Amino acid sequence: MSAPDRLEGPSPAIEVALDMVRRSLYLIPIAVIFGGLIAGTEGVLSVGYAIGVVVINFFLAAVLIGKAAQVNFALVFGAALGGFALRLGLIFLAVTLVAGQAWVRIVPMGITLIVTHLGLLLWELRYVSASMAYPGLKPKEHRHGVREPVRS
Amino acid sequence: MSAIASAASQAIELAVEATPDEQKANAAASSAGFAYGLAAIGPGIGIGYLVGQAVQAMARQPEAAGQVQTTMFLGIAFTEALALIGFVVFILLKFA
Repeated sequence: MSAPDRLEGPSPAIEVALDMVRRSLYLIPIAVIFGGLIAGTEGVLSVGYAIGVVVINFFLAAVLIGKAAQVNFALVFGAALGGFALRLGLIFLAVTLVAGQAWVRIVPMGITLIVTHLGLLLWELRYVSASMAYPGLKPKEHRHGVREPVRS
Repeated sequence: MSAIASAASQAIELAVEATPDEQKANAAASSAGFAYGLAAIGPGIGIGYLVGQAVQAMARQPEAAGQVQTTMFLGIAFTEALALIGFVVFILLKFA
């Protein structure tokens, strides 16, 4: 019997990325206040756009890696490095295409790109288990003793 | 070869004839390009090393593939933050 050459079952990377997408919804009110204070309505729109770019970037990375691992482990390398180049290109396009628009403020958008990316990652680290039993999110103890992955 | 030399000399003549504002804009544009390009090299090497080790770990111990994948995904995301900082410097130099 040969060892499996691909990931069996659901991808934990996609599970973590979906949790990050859900967590990013909590950031929107803070982002609205921050963007409004810095640059008014344009700031709010720019900050919201930057959060969208970061979240789509995370989700795309997880889907590429997760799906590649479900096909073959050898494909993960190509998916990760190709995905890195592809996502940098997509971020470049997403930002440069709107950079000249009247509703865009570059400074709040740039700050939000970095802060949201690092902030979401650091926040998510609290809820990631990455153990053999729970490869994705940490389990949550319920009243009836049933353990489920943390969702909030 | 002579075509390249004449194009280069034309570029130098244009650069010399440019007004200070144009020279400043040219310098900002080339600096922005260098910032983005150079900032992508380090994370590219880092992600290549990280994923190489992760694939090796998955091949050696396939039952830990899920655990390795989660760690790899988070590692890639942290490494990518460096490229993102370079990109933000690029957009600030180019558009701000």
